[in-house]
Amino acid sequence: MAVTSLSPPPVPLLKRLQKPRIAALIFAIAWLPLMAYVMAGDQLGDLEQYVLVPAIPAVILLYLICMAAFRESWIALLGATLVFFWFFIAVAAPYLPLIDPNKPIAPFTTPLTEKSGFFFWLGTDFKGRDMLSRTLWGCQRVLVWGVTATFVAYVVGTAFGLIAGYISGWWDEVISFLANVLLSFPVMVLFIVILNYLGPSGFNIVIAVTFASAPAIMRIVRGLVLDVKTRDYVFAAQTRGESALWIMVVELLPNVRGPIIVDACLRLGYTTVAITTLTFLGLGLQPPDPDWGLMIKESAKTAMLFKFSYMLLIPALSVSSLILGFNLMADGLREMSLRD
Amino acid sequence: MSMASDTSGGTAPAAQAGEGTSQIPVLECRNLSISYFTRAGEIPAVADFNLTLMPGESHGIVGESGCGKSTVALAIMQYMGRNGRIVGGEILFNGRDMRAMSEEELRLLRGSQIAMVYQEPMASLNPAMRVGDQLAEVPIYHEGASKEEALERARAMLESVRLPEPERILRSYPHQISGGQQQRVVIAMALLSSPKLLLLDEPTTALDVTVEAGIVDLIREIAAEFGTSMIYISHNLGLILETCDRITVMYSGEAVEVGTVEDVFEAMRHPYTRGLFASIPLPGADKNARPLIAIPGQLPLPHERPPGCNFGPRCDYFKAGLCDRGEIPMLPISGDDRHFSRCLRIEEIDWHAGLGEGIGKVATEKGDVVLKVDDMTKHYEIEEGALFFSGEAKTVKANEKLSFEAREAETVAIVGESGCGKSTFAKVLMGLEEATAGKVLLGNVELGHMPVDRRGPETISKLQMIFQNPFDTLNPSHTVGGQIARVIRKFGVEKDEAKVQERVLELLDIVKLPRDFALRRPRQLSGGQKQRVGIARAFAGNPAVVIADEPVSALDVSVQAAVTELLMDIQRENRTTLLFISHDLSVVRYLSDRIVVMYLGQIMEQGSTEEIFAPPYHPYTEALLSAVPIADTKVTKRHIVLSGEIPSASDPPAGCPFCTRCPYVIEGTCETEPPPIREFQPGHRIACHLSEETLSAMQPVIQIGDGTEKGDKGDEVSPAAAAESARRSDA
Repeated sequence: MAVTSLSPPPVPLLKRLQKPRIAALIFAIAWLPLMAYVMAGDQLGDLEQYVLVPAIPAVILLYLICMAAFRESWIALLGATLVFFWFFIAVAAPYLPLIDPNKPIAPFTTPLTEKSGFFFWLGTDFKGRDMLSRTLWGCQRVLVWGVTATFVAYVVGTAFGLIAGYISGWWDEVISFLANVLLSFPVMVLFIVILNYLGPSGFNIVIAVTFASAPAIMRIVRGLVLDVKTRDYVFAAQTRGESALWIMVVELLPNVRGPIIVDACLRLGYTTVAITTLTFLGLGLQPPDPDWGLMIKESAKTAMLFKFSYMLLIPALSVSSLILGFNLMADGLREMSLRD
Repeated sequence: MSMASDTSGGTAPAAQAGEGTSQIPVLECRNLSISYFTRAGEIPAVADFNLTLMPGESHGIVGESGCGKSTVALAIMQYMGRNGRIVGGEILFNGRDMRAMSEEELRLLRGSQIAMVYQEPMASLNPAMRVGDQLAEVPIYHEGASKEEALERARAMLESVRLPEPERILRSYPHQISGGQQQRVVIAMALLSSPKLLLLDEPTTALDVTVEAGIVDLIREIAAEFGTSMIYISHNLGLILETCDRITVMYSGEAVEVGTVEDVFEAMRHPYTRGLFASIPLPGADKNARPLIAIPGQLPLPHERPPGCNFGPRCDYFKAGLCDRGEIPMLPISGDDRHFSRCLRIEEIDWHAGLGEGIGKVATEKGDVVLKVDDMTKHYEIEEGALFFSGEAKTVKANEKLSFEAREAETVAIVGESGCGKSTFAKVLMGLEEATAGKVLLGNVELGHMPVDRRGPETISKLQMIFQNPFDTLNPSHTVGGQIARVIRKFGVEKDEAKVQERVLELLDIVKLPRDFALRRPRQLSGGQKQRVGIARAFAGNPAVVIADEPVSALDVSVQAAVTELLMDIQRENRTTLLFISHDLSVVRYLSDRIVVMYLGQIMEQGSTEEIFAPPYHPYTEALLSAVPIADTKVTKRHIVLSGEIPSASDPPAGCPFCTRCPYVIEGTCETEPPPIREFQPGHRIACHLSEETLSAMQPVIQIGDGTEKGDKGDEVSPAAAAESARRSDA
């Protein structure tokens, strides 16, 4: 290729890593092991101990890339810091010097006290399990299932949105009608119906979240597509004889991604709330593995006593900080997109 | 205001200046400097700007996008936004420094003493309020008038801006009236408080030419009637000539030349002004004998301005050591009235020497017929006001029996205003819509009933399009090279990847862009550069016919010239047939061989360029020719202003589509019967009810004289045609 002769001026390393493909690769290195660890930990066998090792530097690198990319907005920086804190904890949990989160030691130990030869920074719950360890381990499941569910909802919603917006006609009528039917259910009712029918499990949460979120995503994408498809470059592609699929994926999708990414950050927050709520209702992830929703549920009764309210407050604050992180990131991204 | 009446006749002579100096200027800007403060630091938008506006005077500010002309207007209104600030100089309104006024004083001033009219009329009106209530607010707020009194004044003002049925308009919401009417309402609103100063920022840019002509006429009349001082901001030199007494030419944040319109247009004394005039297609220009001369280079970014003369790097007369040594002051030009130029070499430059004349190009031989459109008709069926199938079907006649031919290496211009059906025609041609009836033949292939997915790559690649909006024509998410390469691969011009890349670079060479642009994304390119990429993409598949939909109308004049010339050169090289869709008759006259004039989906007149620009005319062509502003003081035009607006395509008149606005309408005939098509010369056809003799007896609209009879506009309408109209209407 003759183009290579024109070497671009040297760019700082972090800037070069911000290129979408490289950043996506690093994200994959960080994310896929975590996903495998949480979803299929039992089948990994011996690998389970090592699978998260490459993810730790990848998360740190990803954090630095985000810092460089978001430096224009301190809101986004703060949000990213909160999110990446939990992301880091999620991949590093197996290697941190933590007490086994499922091991009952000393029930009802208040924070910052020593008992049975252990120092409990955050105390223990009613079964005597270390709160610190459970909180840190608990973020894995919320994070993995939350992000997976949101991602699947986005894939489905975006696909339908592209079809409804671009092909329009009867496709639009049918898709929009189904979306309206789904949107007319209260979200929680929809969740409960689906999970009661399918049975509680992580994968079924993904399905439930997809049903609940995809219609709204579809509408956003459809609206964006309706605007973008009138642009001349789409017209140019049509007159070039490009197929509808090519136009949707290559011409339209990259140009609607901006608002979608911002919305995805917000929706990650909603999904996290939803998953925690479902677990709290007993419809989501099942005991005994630590999970924030589960921790809130289990401690709900004991926490009536003020002395033991920490059992409820700690997981609740953890959920809030993660959701706050996602929302701040969404705000920051929107602010940055408005500035350009 | 005694002098207002004799100075405001549109293009008043410079005689008032001596008298004017004894008065207090309405507005005076002294050494005004404005900067915007951004994260990147201070960006100087305007530097050392001087302007003196006498009562009753109208002053034009002209310049390309980014030159700071709108910033000046906003500074005068003291609406600088959060990050804009006046960093030097002063603005005196009636002798008082506006910078010393309090917020409250300024608020009272705006709207009552100073009023502004913006480009987008719809954006200036509140869509949720009736026009009458919005207008009434002005007297109620500024003068404490009662509601009835205010409404009465609003009604009177609507009459004086020549709006028909003011009562109905008062009761309408802004979206219920047309764009031209909206702009008239905005002007009425601006005038209601009888301001001393009216700022007009590109007030007609969003409107069609024939509607624009009406607004320009109105602005001229207002100046005469109310004696308002005006600042008219525009990129169109022709409009400035028609409306203003004095003119400031701005370039890159500085005024480069100031003077009376006559002095600046006839004896310009700045190389930039001269470059600007050389790059607009005036009636004398010709694509072969006298091609346009584009100004080389690009407008510098505000923080990258060169030392000394901002125009230096693009100037033919640049002298190192002189022009780049420091700030250049405005220098007076001896003998002229208040005529200044920001050029140190005024005395040295030979202003009478031609600007690169004589680089004539050889006219191309026209070949065989490539594209033949035969009675092509496109109707849309729409169902109105019905939930299911009970509604009455309505037919929109987007294209009605279009017939014309285009030959190899020929440029055929399709001229028309919005709603004339040119976009529909392009869609049928490109295969996105099917023709309802008739044929479109490209070579031997019938395209009218062959949608794009049934055309082979061969046929598709033969027919390509260049788009109007440079910001829309390229996909912002992909690199320039990638988008051109896609076309090459798609049409199978080259298969081998290395050859595809090579072809991309060749195409970039052809459109005179650096090769490393292949790796850039569209947002890193200027409007003109994007349009060049659009041209490269259209020519990537070696097309036989290229449809250019207003390819230069969104570009600045100096860039326009370069892109127009590029298009002409590529056409000469490849013997491509060019279908040039435009509303701008100046450009069309310059580059086309044949012209098709369309109105409401029908062809009104077609013929060679000379035939269209000389009588006999179709009445619509006549009005169109008169409406286009020409930036040449030597040109006299007959002055025909059409009344009313273009009717909706869903409800066209039964007979001649132009009958609702035609000055020569024959009542009883034009409304009911479609006009006969008559051939005056082989290929010159006019669709009109007027008799052949009458059409032949029409006077030419545009005459190039020596400028002495300027102001004498001659007969407005054609007397013979008016006579026939009157005679046959009675019968």
